[in-house]
Amino acid sequence: MRFKTASSPHTTPVSSVNVIMRKVLMAMIPGTAATAYFFGWGVLINICLACVVAISSETLMLYLRKRPMKPYLSDNSALLTACLLAMALPQLAPWWLTVIAVSSAIILGKHLYGGLGFNPFNPAMVGYVIVIISFPKEMTQWVPPAVAGYSQLGFLETLQVIFAGSIPAGMSWDSITMATPLDTMKTQLGLELSINDIHQHKVYGPMFSSVSGVGWEWINGLFLAGGLWLAYKRIIDWRIPAGLLGMLFLLSNSFALYDYSSFTPPTFQLFSGGIMLAAFFIATDPVTASTTIRGRWIFGAGIGFFIFVIRTWGSYPDGIAFAVLLMNMTAPLLDYYTMPRTFGHHWSEFPGHHKKEPEE
Amino acid sequence: MTRTTHQLWHFHGGLKLPGEKHQSTGTPIARTELPRQLVIPVHQHIGETGKVLVNIGDRVLKGQALTQPTAYVSAPVHAPTSGTVKDIAEYPAPHPSRLSTLCVVIEADGKDEWIQLESRADYKKMSPADLRNLVRHAGIVGLGGAAFPTSVKLNPGPGHQIKTLIINGAECEPYITCDDMLMRERADEVISGAEIISHALNTAHCLIAVENNKPEAIAALNTAISDAGVDYIDVVAIPTIYPTGGEKQLIKVLTNKEVPSDGLPADIGIVMQNVGTAAAIYRAVFHGQPLISRIVTVTGKGITQPQNMEVLIGTPMSALIEQACGYQENADRLIMGGPMMGFTMHCDSLPVTKGCNCLLVETADQHSDENNAMPCIRCGECARVCPVSLLPQQLYWHASSKNFDQVQDYNLFDCIECGCCAYVCPSHIPLVQYYRFAKTEIWNRERDQQKSDHARIRHDFRQARLDKEKREREERLRKKKDMLEKKKQAEAADKNETEEDPKKAAIAAALARVQDKKAKAADAPKNTDNLTAAQQKQVDEANKRRETE
Ligand code: SF4
Ligand code: SF4
Repeated sequence: MRFKTASSPHTTPVSSVNVIMRKVLMAMIPGTAATAYFFGWGVLINICLACVVAISSETLMLYLRKRPMKPYLSDNSALLTACLLAMALPQLAPWWLTVIAVSSAIILGKHLYGGLGFNPFNPAMVGYVIVIISFPKEMTQWVPPAVAGYSQLGFLETLQVIFAGSIPAGMSWDSITMATPLDTMKTQLGLELSINDIHQHKVYGPMFSSVSGVGWEWINGLFLAGGLWLAYKRIIDWRIPAGLLGMLFLLSNSFALYDYSSFTPPTFQLFSGGIMLAAFFIATDPVTASTTIRGRWIFGAGIGFFIFVIRTWGSYPDGIAFAVLLMNMTAPLLDYYTMPRTFGHHWSEFPGHHKKEPEE
Repeated sequence: MTRTTHQLWHFHGGLKLPGEKHQSTGTPIARTELPRQLVIPVHQHIGETGKVLVNIGDRVLKGQALTQPTAYVSAPVHAPTSGTVKDIAEYPAPHPSRLSTLCVVIEADGKDEWIQLESRADYKKMSPADLRNLVRHAGIVGLGGAAFPTSVKLNPGPGHQIKTLIINGAECEPYITCDDMLMRERADEVISGAEIISHALNTAHCLIAVENNKPEAIAALNTAISDAGVDYIDVVAIPTIYPTGGEKQLIKVLTNKEVPSDGLPADIGIVMQNVGTAAAIYRAVFHGQPLISRIVTVTGKGITQPQNMEVLIGTPMSALIEQACGYQENADRLIMGGPMMGFTMHCDSLPVTKGCNCLLVETADQHSDENNAMPCIRCGECARVCPVSLLPQQLYWHASSKNFDQVQDYNLFDCIECGCCAYVCPSHIPLVQYYRFAKTEIWNRERDQQKSDHARIRHDFRQARLDKEKREREERLRKKKDMLEKKKQAEAADKNETEEDPKKAAIAAALARVQDKKAKAADAPKNTDNLTAAQQKQVDEANKRRETE
């Protein structure tokens, strides 16, 4: 009898790219649901719109680049980019903003670099940075959380705002949108108010909870839970979020200890904005992160460092996207200088270590 | 004596794999029927090929040497049964290259008549060198799969005191159970073999490492040790983690020592032998039997009755399959070795060799299609499981873009091709295939380089000789010319011719030049007089090429 020949190992795959991406998407569900609960229909509408744009852009690029459609469209990576980006956009962002952000993420951030596996920058963050630089005003159209007595738009009203850009009768932009707690905190601290003053403030006070912003502690808590599940399932490497959150905690704690009235405490830092999403879902994108164990620690810690610096002294309220892109740039270098020591070799043979004096 | 606790260490990475061992351990080791015809490849091991000692038509006895080792790293092969030498020619052999190799074909006469066998139960009186020689002439090679001549490993060389002998009974690849069954059924042979090896190496300590998924084997070994009353052999149960049976990995687990990348275990005072090899040494020493058979696991989803069998070297694989009641309907891949490191056979008529520990038949649903690989997503899973702490994704990156220098900087040649990386890769990239390709490519280049170096040296040598000859000839000519010149001048002076002297001198010089050229042309072929036939052929070819150009 004759047989076909093949190279070892002769085994069935234990995991695959699309399953990994699908699990990451699944782990996003609780946090996303919480976001939708607190910030309304806009969250879900954004996600749907982003997914449609992502799949269309992906299809177009695969067609233009003459790549096989089926495996790449079913790898779920475009959907993940879309969802991450949708979570970072304001809930009442006009439709064209989402379209621009997502299509540039897929086309510029991913395919122009060679597609899946070849992009040096996190595509979702590329898309985000493009729109935040080009359309800073539209990027502030966040809605107030559904608690604390703020009014919220219904489904059709939200659709109307997003797609037609018209506000329901009797409402003003100011009444349906507001700055995020992070943004408010930063602005008010800039106006020489103390953290305590801000918490007591007539207008801004109600948007803060004892932990962070109202609702945000739940959103971050649930993204944290999803992220821990991913780490437990070994879909992501726990070292990146550990490095990121550890560094952010360390810095914010030190500064808060030094001056608690003008530096927010670590709990606020860790549970505000998209921190948990960034730590477990964005920074852990394998393609753009460092691949070695020590490299991943440094990579995570570096993002945490830049997030704190940009939040505290930068001109943007949240610095996640910039921090991630900055560290994306260092990933190849990190990989090079943190190579593991090959079995049976001496450390001195590896970059970043002292050369052993040649023995006579 | 058995120590119940022995401190153990870890190597980086590795995998917990489904064992799939029970399928083939249900029945005792079976004997195979004597095949009508056996095809014995002359070269079955790492090292040099031996010289064939028999001729077509000779009658050979069971155990008679068919070849004689020609080099230090070489092992002979023996007739597995008595019969007649039918043919000595190239036949397909089980090798990844699928090339044919020189084989001795023996037609069995059914008598299975042994040569005169000599027992050396008194081996303790033998010197290590004599013992090594015995093992060498018994054709024993490592039976764990690598098939390295054992006698070489028994000679650690001067300055190497072997402190620990490790007998490897880990058998970490899924499906394979030939060592397990050997330890269960013939533990006494393994222990005796270990004693003999200890004597040959002058070692006072021996560890037998067995994965803890083989409790029966461990128990049998312990019983055999207490029966034999030896106190320096310990059986150590080690965690079942693939590839803990790899030589360097096992040494790390047992001793926490790392064999240097460019070194041998002997450099750190350790020698390792497989349990099957130990048993083969026992048979050679106590019964005088050379290595003419081995235990083969015939197993897999594609086999009707998986089992182990004692097989004569040279038996066609199809005979083993038949004995195991044939293939299942959807059998799709025939693998020699295990699922992780074994290589596929293109047909089942190939002979069993000394390194063949397992015939695994997989069905179509048991492996992925390599054609639907996705790009590497740099997830780092491969690096996490690599037992050598390599960065497989970087190796892949550089191997696929043929950066052969970089791929070596990332220590490609430390890769043991264990397949862990490819097993976990979510993009289903056939990583090991890329590493094999890169290694082969680099070897080929080195060989070509050596060849061209060789050619260059030869060419330089020849050129130097030609230059020297040319210089000498010119020197001679010049002297001759000088003499002529002087003579002419003397004549001219004699004749007292004073007019048109410069003109004449110029003509004379031109004449001399022409003469010189003629002389050279006449001389040229002479330079090639003392070439060897091969060199002459090359020169002729070069001339022909020049002519046709
Ligand atoms: S496991 Fe596969 S996809 Fe992941 S880094 Fe290694 S080669 Fe790339
Ligand atoms: S095949 Fe080579 S690179 Fe891959 S895990 Fe094994 S040793 Fe490491």
